[in-house]
Amino acid sequence: MSRIAAFIFRRKGRNGWHWTDIVTWIWLVGGLLIMFGPAVWLVGSSFKSPAALAEFPPTILPYVTQKATVEGYDKPLDLYDATLPDGSKAVLAEVRRIGVISQMVDPEKPGEIIKVNISQRTPVRTMAFATTNYTEPFTHFDFVRYLWNSVFVTVTATLITLVVNSMAAFALSKYEFRGRTFAMLLILATLMVPLSVIMVPLYSIVSALGLFNNLWGVILPTVATPTGVFILRQYMLTIPDELIDAARMDKASEWQIYWRIVLPLTAPALAVLAIFSVVWRWNDFLWPLIVLSRKELYTLQVGLSIYSGELNVQWHFILAMTVVTMIPVVLVFIFLQRFITTGIAGTGLK
Amino acid sequence: MKAETPRPAGSGFGEAIMVPVRLAMGLVDAPLRWVQRKLGLGGMAAFFLLPNMLIFGIFVLLPFFINFAYSMTGGTALFLDDRTFVGTDQYARLFDCSNYIDPNSCTEDTFWTAVGNTAWFVVLQVTLMILFSLVTALILNRELMARSFWRAVFFFPVLLSPVVVGLIWKWILQRQGLLNFALYGFGFEPYTWLNDRNWAFAAAVGVSIWAHMGFYTLILLAGLQAIPKDLYEAAEMDGTRPARAFWRITLPLLMPNLLVVIVLVLIRAVQIFDEVYVLTGGGPGTSTLYLTQYIYETGFATQLRNPGLAAAASILMGMVLVVLTLIQLGLGRSSEKKGSRK
Repeated sequence: MSRIAAFIFRRKGRNGWHWTDIVTWIWLVGGLLIMFGPAVWLVGSSFKSPAALAEFPPTILPYVTQKATVEGYDKPLDLYDATLPDGSKAVLAEVRRIGVISQMVDPEKPGEIIKVNISQRTPVRTMAFATTNYTEPFTHFDFVRYLWNSVFVTVTATLITLVVNSMAAFALSKYEFRGRTFAMLLILATLMVPLSVIMVPLYSIVSALGLFNNLWGVILPTVATPTGVFILRQYMLTIPDELIDAARMDKASEWQIYWRIVLPLTAPALAVLAIFSVVWRWNDFLWPLIVLSRKELYTLQVGLSIYSGELNVQWHFILAMTVVTMIPVVLVFIFLQRFITTGIAGTGLK
Repeated sequence: MKAETPRPAGSGFGEAIMVPVRLAMGLVDAPLRWVQRKLGLGGMAAFFLLPNMLIFGIFVLLPFFINFAYSMTGGTALFLDDRTFVGTDQYARLFDCSNYIDPNSCTEDTFWTAVGNTAWFVVLQVTLMILFSLVTALILNRELMARSFWRAVFFFPVLLSPVVVGLIWKWILQRQGLLNFALYGFGFEPYTWLNDRNWAFAAAVGVSIWAHMGFYTLILLAGLQAIPKDLYEAAEMDGTRPARAFWRITLPLLMPNLLVVIVLVLIRAVQIFDEVYVLTGGGPGTSTLYLTQYIYETGFATQLRNPGLAAAASILMGMVLVVLTLIQLGLGRSSEKKGSRK
């Protein structure tokens, strides 16, 4: 044990603990709890039944109260461990509660009502995962529809982003023409025009094009990203021009050069842009919220926010759907995180 | 970045997907050869640039320019042709105040409430964000076991969608939530945090820091790792105390990155919307109503929508952002670190 501890806490150079080491470990462990804790709590809660979700204090793990069907009563009754007035203990089913007195019956002898003070009884509970939280939204909320809309928007937008931006990057890195600097500056200038500044006129343009309440209205305004052009161009600049000249000698068309030579060589940068694009489009919220007003067109993010804003929030469904919405991004985090972190450290893009 | 030869496609699945793509791209080739003969090499450059420019033109530049026209018109009509020209009335309405410190004395009191809230939010959030991400970066830059794991820990929330972030915290801060549960252990009564004006504001600041600090930590960490180690060794040999080494070596050499990060955080903070909208909906009352939400609600959501007023407000916000972005680009150029947004 102590060797493991020594291994984990080993530090170069100094011997013994300096106060900065203590601060470091408090910060890291605190960070671990604060960063992952909320998400873990969300996942844990998503398996609780509505009754368990309404409880305070909440339990860490999902529990449900056991029920029993008793002869003479229509609905299953909750089971309790009760201490009877004579001091003996028994498992009883609650028929009704009046004030602090609970009227109970023995499931074996349903005829006779036993009155027990509510402080003398505790529910019989077992751990159970409420998987219906996950299965029911698929029939209740058009959840499949939202999922499909989100997948469609994400995949289509990412594919178009890759093609359109790589074409522009190719033109800006491998051709000499008048206005090249101007085009590059124009693209970079669009960095200064975020959605929140142009949403009113953009909405009118998208409507005029007939794309209001249309998933293409969500996709098209997002596909030309300045950062996409920027990282692809930086990468293509490192591809030697001799390759392209040689291909031209062999009578390759410009399209073939772009498609057969430059694109394959740009694969690493394309991968980075693809990952970013998937995360951006999957997470988009404000613009889909504006463009999509028909329920069957909602993306997951819009659907979730609308349902969570209702008066009677059905938290057991919302939590489960939130977990499902998190899954693709968590997969990206687990498997592709290094692409993203190197991408950010290299270019400062998000 | 260096170009490297791609690995040959490994899986049969990947190959299968590529077959129709290859076919399509091959089919496109013949007509494009014709285009190339007509346009010449320079023309092909324009051809490759065209789709991107078209989309930028229609969905970014055009809205940018007609936004000014919108801000000069009145009424509730959507399309510009149907709107009446009102000159600078919308701006006059936004600025119609008898006392600028007190939003209630203004015609558009919600606008000034949003401006005030946003200003407070920016001051608090930017300060705390820089503080937390700088401390985290400094700690991650130490000799650590499993540094990439710890870096990932702080980076995790960055990828989550704003809606998910908002819902996670709404669930934690509600009456039966985890926070009340934790405090209950210390004998506190449960409290509905998001129904309290001040706590809701604090939650908005805290949640947005939680969601984004990993991103800035990463940029700062890259900056820290670029500082040559021998500087510290030399300082140690001269008997320099660590605190002094921090002020005299680390901070000055990190300054270019730090400035870029500060401006980036500022730009984002001014536009704060998504996660707070899901978390509090701007409430209770108007205590967490920020500028973007004001523009969104004025332009789209309220019963009496007023696109002209929303456009005027968005132009005012845009001017702040343009100034900040120009500063950022200037800084980026001088430090050779590119900072940009999606």
